[in-house]
Amino acid sequence: MAEFDGMEAFREEARAWLKANFPPSLTNAPSIHFVSDRRAAESNPDWCLWRERMAEKRWGVPAWEQRYGGAGLTQAHGKIIGEELAAIGGFNPIRSYGTMMLGPTLLEYGSEEQKLEHLPWIATNKRRWCQGFSEPGAGSDLASLQTKCIDMGDHWLVSGQKIWTSGADQADWCFALVRTDTSRKQGGISFLLIDMKSEGIEARPIVLISGSTHFCEVFFNDVKVPKGNLVGEVNQGWTIAKRLLEFERNGLSDVKAEITPLAPLAHEYCGTDALGRIDNPDLRTRMVRNAMRHEAYLATVSRLTREARSGEPSNGVSALKNLWSGIIQERAELLIELMGAGGLGWSGEHYTDAEQEATRAWLHSKAFSIYGGSYEVQNNITAKRTLELPA
Amino acid sequence: MLNEEQQMLRDMASEWVRDRLPVTALRSLYGHDGGGRPDAEGYDPEAWAEMSQMGWAGILVPEAHGGFDFGYRSMGLVLEELGRTLGASPLLSSALVAASALRLGGTEVQQARWLPGIADGSAIGTLAAEEGAQHGREKIALATTPSNDGWVLKGVKRPVQDGMIATFAVVAARTGGAPGDRDGITLFLVGRDAPGLSREALDQIDARRPALFTFDNVAVGGDAVLGEVGKGADLLDMLFDRAAIGLAAEMLGNAAQAFDTTLDYLKTRVQFGAIIGSFQTLQHRAAEMFGELQLARSAVEAALDAIDANDPALPAIASLAKATMGETLHGISAQMVQLHGGIGMTHEHDAGLYLKRARVAAQCYGSTAWHRERWARLNGY
Repeated sequence: MAEFDGMEAFREEARAWLKANFPPSLTNAPSIHFVSDRRAAESNPDWCLWRERMAEKRWGVPAWEQRYGGAGLTQAHGKIIGEELAAIGGFNPIRSYGTMMLGPTLLEYGSEEQKLEHLPWIATNKRRWCQGFSEPGAGSDLASLQTKCIDMGDHWLVSGQKIWTSGADQADWCFALVRTDTSRKQGGISFLLIDMKSEGIEARPIVLISGSTHFCEVFFNDVKVPKGNLVGEVNQGWTIAKRLLEFERNGLSDVKAEITPLAPLAHEYCGTDALGRIDNPDLRTRMVRNAMRHEAYLATVSRLTREARSGEPSNGVSALKNLWSGIIQERAELLIELMGAGGLGWSGEHYTDAEQEATRAWLHSKAFSIYGGSYEVQNNITAKRTLELPA
Repeated sequence: MLNEEQQMLRDMASEWVRDRLPVTALRSLYGHDGGGRPDAEGYDPEAWAEMSQMGWAGILVPEAHGGFDFGYRSMGLVLEELGRTLGASPLLSSALVAASALRLGGTEVQQARWLPGIADGSAIGTLAAEEGAQHGREKIALATTPSNDGWVLKGVKRPVQDGMIATFAVVAARTGGAPGDRDGITLFLVGRDAPGLSREALDQIDARRPALFTFDNVAVGGDAVLGEVGKGADLLDMLFDRAAIGLAAEMLGNAAQAFDTTLDYLKTRVQFGAIIGSFQTLQHRAAEMFGELQLARSAVEAALDAIDANDPALPAIASLAKATMGETLHGISAQMVQLHGGIGMTHEHDAGLYLKRARVAAQCYGSTAWHRERWARLNGY
């Protein structure tokens, strides 16, 4: 593809620098894991080295201004860095909830003081953030949140409980939605930055069926927060949160959904017949059907993306999530089924890493039809909004 | 992505089909007992003439031979609209399958001989390849014996789509090897007037009246060979893949309309003092059908685009489209009857017509199971 001279030169520069600096041991590593699990990341010396190099180069957030820790480059430069990284099986070690969600939000709504205080730390991934949004009584209906935030004159006083807070036990700071006015629902919410070392905060990991302790409940017991930590105006939090959730969706859609075909594994675990087919006709048929649905799903994603870009109506989006969760969940079931007894291990040397991962992934996948609007809620939405069926 | 001309074509087809070939047109091909009318030809010749005049029969014919060279995606748009009303016509058999055969395998002379007729609708071509109950591309058995200036064909072909109205057929025969071998298959262009060829109509559930061809020592010359002698299997695969994708486009129209009609019924039928579409169990069933229809549409449109782009992965893409579409239409046509209740069981209602066409289309050019198996083997399962 023809590029402007400068861009072509930059691509060469990026390619050379990344090749020289990306630790080969991290090639094709599960990078999303390093985003969600700080301990796993920081206990890996090569990951730490890679973070140092990228932080110094300022290429984790290439398009941010230099005074905020970025490289002051254009989005086009950033795209080239991303492409060249992907080409060598690399990833961005600076990528975090800070770069994906809070950073872009602060750039739009934060004061200059807040930006200078937080963005440089996000740009080096030395300060980890967690998102204090959901509460026990505010799941799908997020705006019904109750965590109190009272103006005490020289500080805010926060009391309440958050839940499903990713990585709260490993986070340095929390961006939270709090209630500053009980007389209005959306209009009584504010956006607050809270230091997790403050007195009165307790983060308790929740053990999920998959063994994951990634999600926490966080208790705020009369926590004092400086007045300068409120982002935007008082009671403007809902507007800011909606913008942040847009950044979140953009960030997540960047994640490559790499799906390796199950066929080679099935050959290994189930054997093959005289024609080279998986020697378990029933399982084979179900695997093939799932793989074909997955192909059709990917074709649907690209079709709807194209239609959305050209302004054609694409009302299929609301049904898409149920297709996705169903196909991925079924695949996870098929994977442990083809592994047989090997797919049932929890830990220990008698189960391979891949087997244990498959088991955990299968259990984890059960969440896909619950979070982000359950399967049933999605069907209600499709029926009422898209198909216009009566209430 | 559709260009402006394609959008116009789609809109024009949509309007014309609803006006000229509504479901009642297909209904007139049925007798009172629910079978095909013995005196009907399985299509409406006047409507076919109009379709040809509008240029649809020439969509895939090169301009040099009187067509428009407008691509498979465009043809798919028309087929989808025809599928919405179950419009019966030889568009798929002739303008897609036979035109593809001549484009892919025909000599200059053969193309000049047949393509202009396909484009203006005066010639109707079809593929005579199937011989038995199950689709089997390598199993072709139709026997040949060499003669002085060609071959003599002996055997049967069934079902031949639009076989009663076709003026010529692309006939797959065996000039070498044994049934099951890829080698030894040869394709021949055979006119309907060839001495020794007789045709019988098959009374099929969808009133389309495909044919049983009997070849009783039909002599063909060397100039009738399409492609290479004994090497017809590859060309036949290409034809079947294009046929399956074109049919899948028509099935997409069948399924989309079956779903829309059913959805309308859910919004109007009252029981227990409520519109039945307000019941959550029916809402969720409708939502799930809508999702399946999304997957099927994506697979079909991607396959049409893949032909136009000369995608080397076409065999797998064709099988994905036909199998996905087949399964989706199977489910939606069955639900169309179920959700209409008693009225859906009557011949008077359209649901049964969609159900019958759905099962015929699912079998034709390779069933859902056949294509799933093929996809599996192509992908290492």
